[in-house]
Amino acid sequence: MKKLKYTLLLLCLLVYTSGFAQDDLLSLLGEEEETTEYAKASFKTTRVINGHSLENVAGGVMDLKISHRFGMLNTGAYNLFGLDQASIRIGLDYGINDRLMIGGGRSSHNKVYDGFVKYKLLRQSSGKKTMPISLAILSGVYLKTIEWQQPERENYFSSRLEYTHQLILGRKFSEGTTLQFMPTVVHRNLVPTAEDAHDVILIGVAARQKLTKRVAINVEYYYALPEQLPADRKNSLAIGFDIETGGHVFQLHFTNSTSMIEPGFMTETIGDWGKGDIHFGFNVSRVFTIRKPKTE
Amino acid sequence: MKKIVFNTLLLVLLATAVQAQDKFFTKTGKISFFSSTPMEDIEAHNKTTTSVIDTKTGKLEFAVLMKAFQFEKALMEEHFNENYVESGKYPKASFSGAIANLSDVNFKKDGTYKVTVKGNLTLHGVTKAVEAPGTIIVKNGVVNAASTFNISPEDYKIAIPNLVREKIAKQIKVTVDMNYEPLKG
Repeated sequence: MKKLKYTLLLLCLLVYTSGFAQDDLLSLLGEEEETTEYAKASFKTTRVINGHSLENVAGGVMDLKISHRFGMLNTGAYNLFGLDQASIRIGLDYGINDRLMIGGGRSSHNKVYDGFVKYKLLRQSSGKKTMPISLAILSGVYLKTIEWQQPERENYFSSRLEYTHQLILGRKFSEGTTLQFMPTVVHRNLVPTAEDAHDVILIGVAARQKLTKRVAINVEYYYALPEQLPADRKNSLAIGFDIETGGHVFQLHFTNSTSMIEPGFMTETIGDWGKGDIHFGFNVSRVFTIRKPKTE
Repeated sequence: MKKIVFNTLLLVLLATAVQAQDKFFTKTGKISFFSSTPMEDIEAHNKTTTSVIDTKTGKLEFAVLMKAFQFEKALMEEHFNENYVESGKYPKASFSGAIANLSDVNFKKDGTYKVTVKGNLTLHGVTKAVEAPGTIIVKNGVVNAASTFNISPEDYKIAIPNLVREKIAKQIKVTVDMNYEPLKG
């Protein structure tokens, strides 16, 4: 009994002294509560190159995008390697909240107006809530307003419409590396020939590697499942650099696609990388904060 | 013997209780910073600072989660974390120091006391000695501490490229506002 009391006394003293010896005041507060941390900046902007990245603009933020694709490099010095020609898309993206984004634009190629909705179903996070991947869903509608090729026949307004539905499934593996997969279906109301499918199924893959704090390299490839498109159609491949300057993001790239909208580059690409049918191009993105978040 | 044990235990308990009343803490301390240039104003707020103050020794400590700073513009927040403070690599800033003129402060009596705090500030992996003026207000057993001081990003090896140099002030104004509660052992 006596022994037990001594032990108890000693133990109390030990605990007491150890309490005093503590230098680190903050450790007195005990373990910190875990918070959920969402992966951010997986890509520099909402587009990888031609297609969408898993990123959205933040809620209340508007992103003005001006994109160019010049002519083909193999048109030679006479055309200054394609720079004499240009196809342009001007677009606006807007974040209704951090997960829901809408956008639209107008392309000179085929005179297309486009509109889309993108929603982040899952957000990659660590800490209290853990989610290994991000998953976004994108739906777009495209209106070709170029004059009918055969005006003499009866043409319907609905024939001008095309649609895209896409899942974007990706993960930011480290500070500098992101990989994403994009199963996609493009629906075209009107197709040029009977051998074209109305619904084209594609699998896209895109990756980003940061080279420095402000420069990243991106690669994007869309593979159309076989026997859906005519033989002259190529899969879209693009390689580019993102350069961030503070307020702007400049994306400079090389691609075999002329179009900058989903049905265009996914089903109408005819450029062949091997033959030098490569367009140099760029996207410039400038964000404006329309609605300020509450900070204080 | 029994008595000795009992008395010692009582003493230990009493001492711990007294010790506990000497310390104050917060987990919702506010820290904000402000950079002002003719080009652009940048402001960020953090409301989750943890801090403990020991009124007996005058020691105080702060821990600030860098990702918890909120900006008006999402892009600023991204640049702050990705390019400047590199919060992936250096998630926390901390301060460990003491009130230099502790004898001027009576934590048991309501009042407003001017203090000078000296210590080490660690930010972006760099530790530097800092000194800042502050005010401690004691009211009904609650301690409020406030301070405003300037820090220079260059001191903490935060590189700002020439392109945006004009948009970020050379001296960033930091404002600290803490409401401490007694820390119960």
